[in-house]
Amino acid sequence: MIVQAFAFYLFAAALVAAGAMVISARNPVHSVLFLILAFFNAAGLFVLMGAEFIAMILVIVYVGAVAVLFLFVVMMLNINFSELRQDFLEYLPIGGLIGLVLLAELALIVGSWVVAPEGSVKLASPAPPIERITNTHAIGNVLYTDYIYLFQAAGVVLLIAMIGAIVLTHRRRDGVRRQRISRQVSRTREESVELRKVEPGSGV
Amino acid sequence: MLEIGLSHYLTVGAIMFTLGIFGIFLNRKNVIIILMSIELILLAVNINLVAFSTHLHDLVGQVFALLVLAIAAAEAAIGLAIIVVYFRNRGTIAVEDINMMKG
Repeated sequence: MIVQAFAFYLFAAALVAAGAMVISARNPVHSVLFLILAFFNAAGLFVLMGAEFIAMILVIVYVGAVAVLFLFVVMMLNINFSELRQDFLEYLPIGGLIGLVLLAELALIVGSWVVAPEGSVKLASPAPPIERITNTHAIGNVLYTDYIYLFQAAGVVLLIAMIGAIVLTHRRRDGVRRQRISRQVSRTREESVELRKVEPGSGV
Repeated sequence: MLEIGLSHYLTVGAIMFTLGIFGIFLNRKNVIIILMSIELILLAVNINLVAFSTHLHDLVGQVFALLVLAIAAAEAAIGLAIIVVYFRNRGTIAVEDINMMKG
């Protein structure tokens, strides 16, 4: 119990600190690196909760794909970031006010909620005991049967996002020599080969 | 204090959500940090979903967290693609200039 509490407070403190650094770091590259740290700590929290599969997917998808994408874009675009931070403190009061109000509201909710007594019997898909079947197995059993349409829809959304990103960022450059197979095939002998009678000593 | 229950995780989720909202207001000019703040908000939502899912022994929360993850990845890809195109056209990513697109 002590170990669990220690791990929770370690991960939670690191997560909150990394989140605070993401939004306040001077250099966006540092922001991305703190974002990666935050994702790792969130994965640790998920493992602590007993959701190993989500934790590993979080590491793979967020750290491996999303954060690296952010890093690519931040480093690829040559942006003058000091210019973007000029009136950084201008929005601090209003942002802090809204953040405080939101935090107070969330604290009220967290402090006063209870689980309805009939809630624990009305489960949509109860988790089988962990001794019998692992978390990954259990999620697979549910995800590929009851929620297969949602799963497919998520796949379609990802496909459309991929196509959209390619369409947006693709640009056609001038002066690039491409292979045009139809033109290559439709070449005739007459338009590409010419026989000349060359007189000796005079050149073409 | 040593007994880690559901409300501990909910508190962490609430703090992360607030940090994300705060980050959007704090970095009004930098779209990339705003996108990262949105990722933080989605992470907070995921923490909440998974906390309730494991606490109530209901797997739907974790399935939904997976879907949120997929949507977050798609959103990041599209958002960054828009930023790249915008930077190519204008040479800056300042948010204030984006309303020039209204035409």
